[in-house]
Formats: sequence, structure tokens, C-alpha cells
Amino acid sequence: MSITTFIIVSIIKSIAVVFILLTAVAYSVWLERKVSAHIQNRWGPTRVGPFGLLQPVADGLKFIFKEDLTQPHVYKPLYIAAPIIAVMFAITSISVVPFGNWVNMPAIHIAGRTLGPIDTPLQVTDLNIGLLVILGITSMGVYGVALAGWSSNSKYSLLGGLRASAQMISYEVSLGLSLVGVLIMAGSLSLRDIVNAQGGVFWHFIPRWNIFHGQTLAFFIYLISAYAETNRTPFDLPEAESELVAGYHTEYSAMKFAMFFMAEYANMVTVSCVATLLFLGGWHGPIFGPAILRMLLPVMWFCLKVFFFMFLFVWVRWTLPRFRYDQLMAFGWKVLLPLAIANIVYTALVVAMRAQYPGKFF
Amino acid sequence: MLHLTLFLFFGTICVAGAINLLVQRHPINSALSLVVVMASLAAEYLLLGAEFVAAVQVIVYAGAIMVLFVFVIMLLNAGEEARSGGSRIAILVGVPGVVIGAVLVAWVLLHTDTSQGLAIGALPGGPVPIAMLLFHDFLLPFEVTSILILIAIMGAVVLASRPEAGARRKESSAPPEETRELVAAGKDH
Repeated sequence: MSITTFIIVSIIKSIAVVFILLTAVAYSVWLERKVSAHIQNRWGPTRVGPFGLLQPVADGLKFIFKEDLTQPHVYKPLYIAAPIIAVMFAITSISVVPFGNWVNMPAIHIAGRTLGPIDTPLQVTDLNIGLLVILGITSMGVYGVALAGWSSNSKYSLLGGLRASAQMISYEVSLGLSLVGVLIMAGSLSLRDIVNAQGGVFWHFIPRWNIFHGQTLAFFIYLISAYAETNRTPFDLPEAESELVAGYHTEYSAMKFAMFFMAEYANMVTVSCVATLLFLGGWHGPIFGPAILRMLLPVMWFCLKVFFFMFLFVWVRWTLPRFRYDQLMAFGWKVLLPLAIANIVYTALVVAMRAQYPGKFF
Repeated sequence: MLHLTLFLFFGTICVAGAINLLVQRHPINSALSLVVVMASLAAEYLLLGAEFVAAVQVIVYAGAIMVLFVFVIMLLNAGEEARSGGSRIAILVGVPGVVIGAVLVAWVLLHTDTSQGLAIGALPGGPVPIAMLLFHDFLLPFEVTSILILIAIMGAVVLASRPEAGARRKESSAPPEETRELVAAGKDH
């Protein structure tokens, strides 16, 4: 692939991925409103478009045209920077997520110039440290929340920001450790390699995904930590409206508030993508039919699994009550962390035994 | 060419962040400048082909340690610091120290044969070679270091634990504020 083709393909992929992510973010808000409404025996948005499907557009327009209030008591540089930081890191982390297999296209001739042949993975960039990049970027996302809480110079925001940063640091530990088991199994940090290691089936029907392959405990640790990382119920103490008004974004309005909102949902999408890739076998699933279907099905399986996690996020939010703060911290440090470490020891032991006595352990 | 441009770009950001760290009077601005320094250093590591070190630099330093710094500053609600006139010792020792250091670096650079320098990315920087070094060649030092850190954590926990009813009189030996807050971030809070 020539350098020109590479750059063109990369730009197209980046734009497509960001566009898809932002659309997914907008429609997860719609999904949240719809599902929450049905859980509470209401209809939810119905007025704009069929089934209220154009509601996200209306919401976006409303946010853009609203007055952007900046309180006189805020520390301006960081007050403006905080939502930008939050949304920037939330969107960047999608860049290493693979959505499917490689795409091979023959060379195209346009106006006397040859483009291609294109041979590219369905992901913006394939790094051999992909998972670490995601962890690094999401760990930087804490600054958005923490700085928003501090720079607003209001007690509710400060408490929300403090809670958020303490909670995100605490749960990042068990989140990171829960992934180590998967890494030991796959022997790689590249997300593509991790997914490829999960192909195939046991006993002709159980897929060889990590969740069915000794990492069930790790999956649940990851899921719980992911809810805490994205500040979702039952761990949404940073924005607990009954005590903190709105937490770290109390003083924000209009598009700045919407940016925090977008960051939260984009983080949810990323976390769901990682859960799909690491535990549910990524794009693996039954493949059948004609060639075009064979090409599209893996991406569809991937999207379906991510959608399942997004739905789970919403479902849990409108079903479970909120934790108390000391319970949250005790649960993270005294339950999840030891369990995650035990999982690492167990996985390492099994993998070592399997290497020692091949064929004895499946 | 691209490498050199990127190197100079991130190098400039790094130095500018370091200077800003010293110039700023508000602790939170200084802490954020340090984050910028760490992140641009990670970019430099990436340019050298040490992608694992770069990722760890971001996760550990920029993403965890500096968040704790910012957290403590927020918790203490530290305000702007008064600018001191500058101490005499800093000038008497610091200026000659900087001069000697600069001369040493210049001397080493001038007397090193750079004609057959390594290509960028020639040395292994991926996760696998580093794991081999850490868990195979240097296993014992690595484990000893982790025990050292464990001792530090245990010390922090002991210092931060609430004094019991009988030991109230020993309140004066309370730990310094900073340690307590750092641990409080990780303990029940």
C-alpha cells in the first residue's frame, strides 16, 4: 500500500469511526430515555420523528442554542478546559478498537490514478499495546471530571469531583487487574490478537470466548469496575442528584454540559467495546451465507454484543439503587481487588500447568 | 525527518511545561504542567520505539500519580503561593551546579562517537522483551522492589489507621497531612 493510499484510508477510517461513535452516543441517550421510560411505565420521547428517533437531533440543537452561562466565581482556564479534556480523551480511546477482520479491496483507477490495492484492518490503528493505550487514555479522562469539580469553585462540584477521582482511581486498579487473566491466556496486548485467540468452539456449540474459558470471574469484576469507572448507577455518587445537585457538572450549562454528557456515553461505548473484545470474543460468531454477508456478519456480531452491554448499562441504572460511599470504597478494595488478584494467580497456574502437561487441561 | 520534527515538537512542549511548572503560582497549574511534561515524555519514548514504556508512563505517572497529586491539592484547597525573593543558597549552589552539569553534558556529547548511532526503534521496546527482562533475567531484583513497595504501603496504612480509644493520648504523633490524604484516597473515606 503506497503512503498516499495509507493516509487517505486512515483519514476515511478516522472520520468514519468518530462519526459512528458520536451517532452511537446520541442514540444511546435516546435508548436510555426510551428504556427508562418503559421500565417506569411511560412512553419516553415520542414527539420528534417516529418513536422519537429524531430526539437526539432536537436535544443537540437545544444545547447549541442555549445560553452558555459562565459563573463569575469559576477559575476560567480550567473551567473551559475540563469538558474539552473529558470529551477528547473519551473519543480518542476508540482509535485502537478493532471492529472486524481485515478488508481487502482490489486496486481502483480514478482519473488516471491508481488507488490501492487496499489491505487494511477494520480499526483506525492496530497497535501491539492496544489495550494499554485504552487504559492510558481512560486514566487521563479522570482529569476532565476532577478539574471540572475544582475549577467550578462550588461545594457540590468540588465534592463530586473529589468523589469521582477517588472512585475512578480505586476501581481502575481492579479493572486493570481483571484484564491480566485475559492477557495471560492470549499472550499478547494487541486487541486483534486477543480476539483471534478466542476463535473456535468447545464441544461443537459453546464458543471459545474468554467468558466461557475460565475468565467468568474476571468478566464480572471487569463489568462492575467498568460501571464505577464510567460513574454509572449503582456507582454514580459523583453526580448523586439527591445530595450533590449534579456533582461535578453542577455549574455547567449548554454545550459544555453536553460535552460531559457525551464523554460519559462515549466512555460507556469504549468500555462495552473492550468487554466485547476481551470476554465475548469480539467479532466471532456464526458466519454463513453469500460472500457479502460473510464480510458484514463479523461487524454485525460485534455491534450486537456492544449493544447488549449498552442495554445492560441502562437496565442496571434504572433497576438498582445507589451505593453508600463507604460501601463503594470497601467493596472496591476489600472484595474486587482480592478477587482480581486471586483470578490472576489461578489463571497463571492453569496456563503454567497446561504448558507443563500438554493435553491434560483444555 | 518526520521523527526529528516530532521530537522537536514534543521536546519543546516538555521544556515549556517544565518551565511553566516553576513559574506558575497556583499548585494545581503546576501539577497540570507536570502532567504535560509526563505526557510529552511518553510521546518521546514512543518515538524511540519504546511503546511499552510510553504506555506505562502515561498510565502510571500521568494517569495515576498525578491524579493523586491533583486530588490532594483539591482536598487541601491549596491557594496561590506567595512568591519568595529567592534564597541565597539556591543562587550560591544552584547556578554553579547548573553550569557544571551543562559543561559535563556538552563534554560527553562532544567526546562520544555518534557516527554509528542506533537507528530509531532498533532496541527492543515492546512488551515481550521487557517482560523477559523483568520476569526472567532480573526476577529477584524485581521481586525485592515489589516487597519494598509493599512495606511502604503497609507503613502508610499503619500511619493512617485511626488511633484507638486507649491510644488517643499519642495523637501528637499523627502522620503528616499529605500521607494521610494519599491513603485516604484509597481507604475508607
